[in-house]
Amino acid sequence: MATLAPTAADTEAAAGGAPAVRLTGIRRSYGAVVAVAGVDLAIGAGEFFTLLGPSGSGKTTTLRVIAGFERPDAGRVELQGVDVTHVAPSQRAVNTVFQDYALFPHMTVAENVEYGLRVKGMRRRDRRVRAETMLERVRLPGLGDRKPVQLSGGQRQRVALARAIVNGPPVLLLDEPLGALDLKLRQEMQIFLKALQQDLGITFVYVTHDQEEALTMSDRMAVFNEGRIEQVGTPADVYEHPQTEFVAGFVGVSNILEREGRRITIRPEKIRMSDEAAGEGEAGTIRSVVYVGMVTRYVVGLDSGGELVVVRQNLETSSQDALSEQGKRVRLSWRPEHTYEIGKEGT
Amino acid sequence: MESRATRLALTVWSALVVLFLWIPLALIMVYAFNKSNVEGWPISGFTTHWFHAAWTSEVRTSLWLSVRVGLIATGLALVLGSMAAFGVARFRFFGREAVSFLLVLPIALPGIVTGIALNSAFVAGNINLSTWTIVTGHATFCVVVVYNNVLARLRRSSPSLIEASQDLGADGWQTFRFIVWPVLSTALVAGGLLAFALSFDEVIVTTFTAGAQNTLPLLILGYIRLGQQLPVVNVIAFAMILLTSIPVLLAQRLTRDTGVLRPGAAEVTEAVETAQATAY
Repeated sequence: MATLAPTAADTEAAAGGAPAVRLTGIRRSYGAVVAVAGVDLAIGAGEFFTLLGPSGSGKTTTLRVIAGFERPDAGRVELQGVDVTHVAPSQRAVNTVFQDYALFPHMTVAENVEYGLRVKGMRRRDRRVRAETMLERVRLPGLGDRKPVQLSGGQRQRVALARAIVNGPPVLLLDEPLGALDLKLRQEMQIFLKALQQDLGITFVYVTHDQEEALTMSDRMAVFNEGRIEQVGTPADVYEHPQTEFVAGFVGVSNILEREGRRITIRPEKIRMSDEAAGEGEAGTIRSVVYVGMVTRYVVGLDSGGELVVVRQNLETSSQDALSEQGKRVRLSWRPEHTYEIGKEGT
Repeated sequence: MESRATRLALTVWSALVVLFLWIPLALIMVYAFNKSNVEGWPISGFTTHWFHAAWTSEVRTSLWLSVRVGLIATGLALVLGSMAAFGVARFRFFGREAVSFLLVLPIALPGIVTGIALNSAFVAGNINLSTWTIVTGHATFCVVVVYNNVLARLRRSSPSLIEASQDLGADGWQTFRFIVWPVLSTALVAGGLLAFALSFDEVIVTTFTAGAQNTLPLLILGYIRLGQQLPVVNVIAFAMILLTSIPVLLAQRLTRDTGVLRPGAAEVTEAVETAQATAY
């Protein structure tokens, strides 16, 4: 079953009313394929909330249910406490940034941004001004007369953003908006989006498969797997206290050991690696060494069974030193409070 | 870098290709002003007499029939072709591939097969050959042309455009007027132009589906077969060359418009080019 973190209730109380988005018992299948198999979720007003999961885990379908593009087979969708399960997308107080941006190719950038205001009947002069303000806000001043084909990927992304927020929605839905951008631009946009969200003070529901992105940006996140939510919590919570094996593996590096019938997980950076002579901790052999610039990653096979990934900062180590450590005997130790017991998968 | 010699060779070669394409056309255009009614070079004198002679009721009737058939067949094709394209592009259903195949086949089939088949069907169904049987014959290949154009456009445009419009608060009519129609219109114009062009010069299928009536191509064919009225044929050809250059010029104007290749304009050019390729 889906897990509601205790913080959900707190956020709700803090917002002084109904959550911005509440999903109850959402199910959606396509023929024999179950995309969403019972999702319960409450997203507080003003939260940056991320739906994280691998492809096919149901996160995008869940977002589309909130937007209204998908009718759930069962369950209820509420926005600001109002049941909108059977309300058309055009009548819902949410706007979406699409994965492929979905900019209207025959319109200029300004016309794209103005579209929501135009269909609501705002006068041309007024919406021109609003659109230009929005374009400045997403740092694209003066590009209003261009066509979308004349823009770069990053610029199109920001036009899509401006087009969505110009309508002043209380909830903005973002479907893997940074997926098509290169790493540097993506990192810039992560910071920009987070700042924008705080500035606007509205709820962002953000879909991604990138765990780093989720950890960087979210106030809270839900980890999806096979149509269900495995865990909901703050990034620190989810990273440090994974409740299931899936979460432990998907968010961060899977480091799972079986000791005395218990399955525990330890984050790689929490493990201390010392010489075998230290006499403290579990003994093992370094099986492989990967030098990744800032840190070095070791895979250590333990004598009492199992394998752990250990990460060490390259404080005084060169790549030469690091790579020569392969096959070395070491001892691994960790503090008991850094290990977490996890249930078997699916429980 | 290309040397001067290559540039020269390319220029000469291009000139030869252009000449090869244009000499026959130029010749027939000159013949339209030939004083003699016997074709021979050089022409014996200059006259515009044949232009008056060509404006007979026979030619006018045929021209009007061709225009009518072309317009009706194109209209039918626009409706049926775009509906079929929508169905195939947006929905998955049993026999979808078969529908696509069945629709596209008539354009690949030799016209003579389509013609005979239609003729047999009309006879078997006791249907008298009329304007409508010609329209039916032409619609078989006109539908394909529109279908292909619209389908290509739908496949190339993001399916989330419609969702984006709804998401921004547009109702069904606004979405159609502001998004669906503008995105598809150039594909429809291109498909329509091409369909009309194909219908307008169709001979083979028309031969089997026309009764006593003559479309313009059938009339020309008749004139040539009898060896009479050749100067009139030249005049008609002259007029046709001028007429058909309009959509081509239009397409090029559209492409030049903003300095950017507009998707629609490219498609018109593309359509005009494939028209010539697929017509025969």
